[in-house]
Amino acid sequence: MAKVTFNADLCKGCGLCVDACPKKIIAIAKDKINAKGHSPAEITDQEKCIACAFCATMCPDCVITVEK
Amino acid sequence: MVVFEKPKALTDAPFHYCPGCTHGIIHRLVAEAIDELGIEGKTVGVAPVGCAVMAYNYFACDMVEAAHGRAPAIATGLKRCMPENIIFTYQGDGDLASIGMAETVHSASRNENITIIFVNNAIYGMTGGQMAPTSLPGQVTQTSPYGRDVETAGYPVKVSEMLSTLDGPEYIERVAVNSVKNVKAAKKAIKKAFQNQIEGKGFSLIEVVSTCPTNWGMTPSNALKWLEENMLPYYPLGVYKDRSAAKKEEE
Repeated sequence: MAKVTFNADLCKGCGLCVDACPKKIIAIAKDKINAKGHSPAEITDQEKCIACAFCATMCPDCVITVEK
Repeated sequence: MVVFEKPKALTDAPFHYCPGCTHGIIHRLVAEAIDELGIEGKTVGVAPVGCAVMAYNYFACDMVEAAHGRAPAIATGLKRCMPENIIFTYQGDGDLASIGMAETVHSASRNENITIIFVNNAIYGMTGGQMAPTSLPGQVTQTSPYGRDVETAGYPVKVSEMLSTLDGPEYIERVAVNSVKNVKAAKKAIKKAFQNQIEGKGFSLIEVVSTCPTNWGMTPSNALKWLEENMLPYYPLGVYKDRSAAKKEEE
């Protein structure tokens, strides 16, 4: 099963992964703050993930690991 | 099965770049190419002056820091002393197209067997968003608050087009990192640039059209759109020179 993991402390909340996701299942967690002081991106519906890795391809900070 | 993870040729140091800065994507593409070609142990990178000045913290291979714009000269020396090693430079537009123009043009005309990754984001990022040689006509920057006036500031330098007029260079391609498709194409180009060096073919330069959300004054997402709508018409993507392919066609 497709699994996406975010290393939240590296995330700068730029949102490029949010735009890239074809299933629209990534969002910026506005209620969270990481070690850098940014609101990190997180996956909202793991079940719908198709492991296309588009999010990880556009991520400038190597935050995302994709497994299948 | 892991579909995507951080490449091994990058260290664990978190990038210092601004949120949404595409330097991070380009660093990763270079590292992926190094990983896939299995050359990490013998690769030496040359870091520029500019936002990517601390690139030596991020690549796991040996790195040298060059004086502003002089990376191709340092790379020339390294490659000539250590022809078995793979030498790449990573330079921005203020570094390569402005103060380092002479080194760039002459290393290209000498067809030095090095790989240059040229990041063009049409602005000086590190120093706070001044007009660069690559800033577009009419582009507003700190030093062109009414937009770049071509009457006084001249026209942007199209590095790939210019270098492709020389007989020397082996491979010149312009790519962009504004979409998944273009990032994948950029990866292929960067890998080819390293492969050319391994095969001893000579000078390969990949120009990567990139963004600077902070100094452009946009969100990262809007910066990618601005790149597509404004930069790509002025800096068209494509292969500008491929001597080996041209030679093959002649035969």
